[in-house]
Amino acid sequence: MTVDNPRTPGAGAAAGTDHPMLAVRDLCKSYGDVEAVRGVSFDVRAGEVVVIIGPSGCGKSTTLRCLNLLEEPNRGTLRLDDRELDFSNRRTLPAGRDLARFRARFGMVFQQFDLFAHKTAIENVMIGQVVVKKIRPERAQAAARDLLRRVGLEGMDDRRPRELSGGQQQRVAIARALAMSPEVLLFDEVTSALDPELVGEVLEVMQDLAREGATMVVVTHEMSFARDVADRVLFMDQGQLVEEGTAAEVMVNPRNPRTRTFLARYHRGAQEDPGQGGA
Amino acid sequence: MGYKWDFYMIFAGYEWWWLKGLGITVAYASATVGGGLLIGVVCGMGLLANRWWLSGPIHVYVETFRCTPVLVQIVWFYFALPILLNAVVPGGGLELPAWLAAGIGLTLYMGCFATEIFRGGIISIDKGQWQAARAIGMTYAEMMWHIVLPQAVRRMVPPFVNQSVIQFKNTALLYVVAVPDLMYTGYLVVADTYRPLEVYSAVAIAYFVILYPLTQWGKRLEARSDR
Repeated sequence: MTVDNPRTPGAGAAAGTDHPMLAVRDLCKSYGDVEAVRGVSFDVRAGEVVVIIGPSGCGKSTTLRCLNLLEEPNRGTLRLDDRELDFSNRRTLPAGRDLARFRARFGMVFQQFDLFAHKTAIENVMIGQVVVKKIRPERAQAAARDLLRRVGLEGMDDRRPRELSGGQQQRVAIARALAMSPEVLLFDEVTSALDPELVGEVLEVMQDLAREGATMVVVTHEMSFARDVADRVLFMDQGQLVEEGTAAEVMVNPRNPRTRTFLARYHRGAQEDPGQGGA
Repeated sequence: MGYKWDFYMIFAGYEWWWLKGLGITVAYASATVGGGLLIGVVCGMGLLANRWWLSGPIHVYVETFRCTPVLVQIVWFYFALPILLNAVVPGGGLELPAWLAAGIGLTLYMGCFATEIFRGGIISIDKGQWQAARAIGMTYAEMMWHIVLPQAVRRMVPPFVNQSVIQFKNTALLYVVAVPDLMYTGYLVVADTYRPLEVYSAVAIAYFVILYPLTQWGKRLEARSDR
């Protein structure tokens, strides 16, 4: 099982090179007077799993949503492989169909799953292929069936979202994102809305993807996932990137006092409530 | 009761009148509901576009027609609009036929409610559905067509049926500008037969017989869209 992606020059092979697949520089996003993201810069190399952690409201989700332009940043640059966008210069930004197609180079999974409510599981996985990529329905259906099997949902093709558990819905959502053969996968607190006993099945799928060489940016509160799967961990606080390094560097020996405070609070919380954050 | 009912008298010899009246009522109801639906889709889309120069005029239209009685609107289009047009258009001599004046009034009235129904249906769709559609690379049109509208239309149908029932009854106001619909036909038959009790009862029953099944159907749809 590999991430089928014609545009990625072999996810596994590229993982070794230093050329970042995604480069973010001085990213800023504000809503009126509120500065949600204040000058964030980081790279993501092909095949790398980057996990962003930080307290609620630190701007990590907004940062993620800026990457695929669900939010339009006010400033900064973003380069995805061959395409560079400069948000200070609106004329360089894609619009309309061009913007939509740029966005499709990312796959995104959301906290609330957001499966298309009027479509079955397999239709959810097919529709992007058929509508956006203009793949013939028979082929899209075959691909969708494979993907559903891959996320452990064989035989659930014709279920409606409301007939699936949260964990199952989220796995369909992952399959839906994979169906577009994205170059980068974005995960926005994908286990936060799940019952604790359903968190594991979703994290497992994500772990498989990471092992297969998918390029992933993951915003999460699951510290164990960050520790076990991340190639690099970014800690954000108050809209800024405070600390960056391997999981061991950031989570075991944090240098910045803000990171230490956050992790200490987390560990304390985890001890008081063993159900929280455990996967 | 000392009154002797006689329905035979109001139908015999007037069959053609009644049929024509019924036809006109149904035709006006269908045409103005259809026209209103069209206005609703166009104006509703306009409101959703979030452009002030588009949504401003549409708001003025919707509120004007929603906050004035449809009877006043029909009378205004018939009696007042031609005067206004003649004052503006050089040469003058313009006249708006009664059927057209009434049709415009009823259509615009339906249109303003249809606009609100359409807009309400669209914005009732969870924002997560929109962002998920955008995230897989759909354009605005693709998102609307494949994701938002299919869900929204199901929610629009019950209020739309409801408004159509009201619209059907409002066609009785055609009476004031002498368009020979069901109601005005009744007025003519009364003038001929002096049988208002039978005539207006028959008129009321005719509306009821048509609309009761429609409201029941609307109720069924409402129950279904809850599921």
